[in-house]
Amino acid sequence: MKTLAADSKKNLEQGRVVNDFSIQVATVNGSGSQSSNSVLMRSIFQMGIPVSGKNLFPSNIAGLPTWFTIRVNKNGYVARKSDIEILVAMNPQTAIDDVKSLSTGAVCISPVELKLDAIRKDVLHYQVPFTELAAKASENLKLRKLLMNMLYVGVVAELLNIDHGQIENSISKQFEGKTKAIDLNLNAVKIGREWARENLKKEDPYFVEPMDKTQGKIIIDGNAACALGSLFAGVTVVTWYPITPSSSLCEQLIDYLKDYRIDKETGKASFAVIQAEDELAAIGMALGAGWAGARSMTSTSGPGISLMAEFTGYGYFTEIPTVIFDVQRVGPSTGMPTRTSQADLISAYTLSHGDTKHIVLLPGSIVECYEMAGEAFELAEQFQTPVFVLTDLDLGMNNWMSDPFEYPTKPISRGKVMTAADIEKAGKFERYRDVDGDGIPYRTLPGTDHPQAAYFTRGSGHNEKAGYTEKPEDYVNLMDRLEKKFQTARKFVPAPVVSVEKGAKIGIIAFGSSDFAVVESRDQLKAANIPTSYLRVRALPFNDDLRKFVETHDHVYVVEQNRDAQMRDLIRLELPDLAMKIRSVKHYDGLPIDARFVTDAIMEQER
Amino acid sequence: MVTSTPPTNRIGLTMADYKGAPSTLCDGCGHDAITAQIIKAFYELGKEPHMVAKLSGIGCSSKTPAYFLNRSHGFNSVHGRMPSVATGVSVANHTLSLIGVSGDGDTASIGLGQFCHLVRRNVPMIYIVENNGVYGLTKGQFSATADLGSKLKSGVMNELPPIDLCGLAIELGCSFVGRSFAGDPKQLVALLKAAGSHKGTAVIDVISPCVTFNNHEGSTKAYKYAKEMETPLHELGYIPFFEQISVDYEPGTMQEVEMHDGSKIRLKKTERNYDPTNQTQAIMTIKEAHDKKEFLTGLLYVNESVEDFTTIMNVGDAPLATLPQEVIRPAKSVLDEIMAGLK
Repeated sequence: MKTLAADSKKNLEQGRVVNDFSIQVATVNGSGSQSSNSVLMRSIFQMGIPVSGKNLFPSNIAGLPTWFTIRVNKNGYVARKSDIEILVAMNPQTAIDDVKSLSTGAVCISPVELKLDAIRKDVLHYQVPFTELAAKASENLKLRKLLMNMLYVGVVAELLNIDHGQIENSISKQFEGKTKAIDLNLNAVKIGREWARENLKKEDPYFVEPMDKTQGKIIIDGNAACALGSLFAGVTVVTWYPITPSSSLCEQLIDYLKDYRIDKETGKASFAVIQAEDELAAIGMALGAGWAGARSMTSTSGPGISLMAEFTGYGYFTEIPTVIFDVQRVGPSTGMPTRTSQADLISAYTLSHGDTKHIVLLPGSIVECYEMAGEAFELAEQFQTPVFVLTDLDLGMNNWMSDPFEYPTKPISRGKVMTAADIEKAGKFERYRDVDGDGIPYRTLPGTDHPQAAYFTRGSGHNEKAGYTEKPEDYVNLMDRLEKKFQTARKFVPAPVVSVEKGAKIGIIAFGSSDFAVVESRDQLKAANIPTSYLRVRALPFNDDLRKFVETHDHVYVVEQNRDAQMRDLIRLELPDLAMKIRSVKHYDGLPIDARFVTDAIMEQER
Repeated sequence: MVTSTPPTNRIGLTMADYKGAPSTLCDGCGHDAITAQIIKAFYELGKEPHMVAKLSGIGCSSKTPAYFLNRSHGFNSVHGRMPSVATGVSVANHTLSLIGVSGDGDTASIGLGQFCHLVRRNVPMIYIVENNGVYGLTKGQFSATADLGSKLKSGVMNELPPIDLCGLAIELGCSFVGRSFAGDPKQLVALLKAAGSHKGTAVIDVISPCVTFNNHEGSTKAYKYAKEMETPLHELGYIPFFEQISVDYEPGTMQEVEMHDGSKIRLKKTERNYDPTNQTQAIMTIKEAHDKKEFLTGLLYVNESVEDFTTIMNVGDAPLATLPQEVIRPAKSVLDEIMAGLK
């Protein structure tokens, strides 16, 4: 904090701070501020400036406080930053705390009647008669409330010098085709902007200036990216039960499916979406569909994962493909449904009773949400097993700047499925025999017209012919083959991304959304003369790169967003002889991890 | 050497082609009697075994799909969750005929929620409850269908009222509901065949005595009790679409229900004058039977006009499971269009 205060003062003295600051907008949930915040963020993005947005919202429909943070960063850092340079304090409930949390020299834009200048003299205040301006924007009382949000967009736009043309574009995009809404909102922005121009004296150092760093990029949330990955993977059966923060994954997928997967001539759908009665049913349906040959998926979050445990073990033991998206939120129990976490790692990896292990994909970017969603369907069918895709609320529900997605180059592969002709040629079919030595058996689909095609799927002990057995040797044979299959998977799951820094003695290991903070932290550490190498785990089970990475560094820090250092523990189990080299950086307050936190934690241990 | 050729059905298969592995249930188990009628029904209907998927949950009843239709894919799922699996199988491949076997514990206790939602969705399948009022595999505890006052062998009395799965199914809008008795093969096979012609969920609750744990004096699910108490609502006949026979009968003595596939159910009326297409009468009849401690069997309710889940899902003729890549992966131009919209 002290450093930032000093920095801010320095900035003021030295003049302009361009394209490097965070804006936090504090509003009331359900007040319509989401649209205005999107407009603000998109306008800056369209000026070519790297930007990221985080919505910190309560588990509530309307009335509770919500905060939206827009980070503008010329270097392209998109992780959360805990320090705020510009506060827009629109929510009287939280305004006092909000303004108190600012560092000296920060900017506070607020309704004049809140008199926040009395609370912090060391903050630069812009006090705006929002109520008065809203009266100008519309005669309709209800609309005034909504338009209040566009007024602050206007004020911020004027102060920061955001291009008005881009605001116009963003509003058009936001209210797609609704001319009346576009005009009303645009007018409100203008009123705010004009008032600011005439009445405020710019005293802060913060400005945006056009760059070319966002050309070709898109803005999208991780849930939509996963939905698109599933769409292009050819998903045919989608089952789900509404739960925050995963609901928007299926909801957006439904929209895409309706737009692009209904035959224009026949009007028939090439998909089925079922909103199940609970997560038990959702996974049951997904497994039933996967068993019958469909590309099936379900999407959920922590509590749903707990409910899916029994069926997931069934899927593992009987070898049925399906894809389970887990958009992680804070647990245990109900936890904090609207806060982010990476604490389902071990439970997903070993979900269900008995010896179970699952393939878990860990996207660390929006592009990877899209790509790994597709990959998950391939792996599920290749390995005939449930495959997890673990994202989190931060990735899933926040809007991110991203490279556009690429069309899949590989054809869809349905794995080892025998047709009637295949059985005829082979002379026999045994469901659970390891014919190829990779632990992966062959399966048939119901409806295969061959007297030997049928088999009986059971969660009880089964032999190679899928017959019931309680024989010790049959059980061991089955469990060993399943293990062999899992070992085969090591070579096929997404490999870690490794970046070795010359002369680096320490390494960082992270996964998922922690990547954004780690990338920035490595630069901070480097500036403090602590060069680091980095390995980003992208899937479980691990591959051999992990051992090499740990062996070649003095010690490594596993950065993750859970209390129990779950990834660190999995790595220690994987590399017991190197366990002492593995340290931990844990962040688990429900907010996305930030670079400064990582840097401080590592510097402290490096002292 | 003389070899006799076994008889074949309309698709040239023998009864043996519809059999399964030998049963491992207790001798005399009602479930085995039901299995025999399932084999008979599918044989006589001439169903292609490879186009059938058989499903179950957990319990004695749920073991039985292994004992029939060896040439059909089987899915013995987890306890009480067969309905969700069946729903998934059905949407993935609606060209399959689904038969699910469950028990009273599997359906009325642990699986009651999934049962309700399967019925509500009208997933096309035959759903058989092999109802004996006890948990067999765990050695004789009461289930939720045990009648109030019914006694365990040990003398323990059931103190809770039963859940009537037929009444519940009708309340939930089930489009085919029947009740039968494992000891009444003639009625059961007719009901099974009729259920096979139905487009929607067909629930058949079959009283199937547990010879080991619930077949004694004082049990309302015992052979003796059921045999003495069974009151058929009508005499049930089934005429498949592929062998239409016309029968002469006196006006007012017969009700005919035409099924979706053109088959017909012929109900020879009893004094009761029961009309299974009348939902209100069905509900009232079940209620009255409870009060009077009657054991009514037959086709309790049928409604061929309810949309099934396949229709609601609006899928094409080809199963989703095997749609080719060009149908399920949109073109590159689609991705380009979506990306452009996000810029």
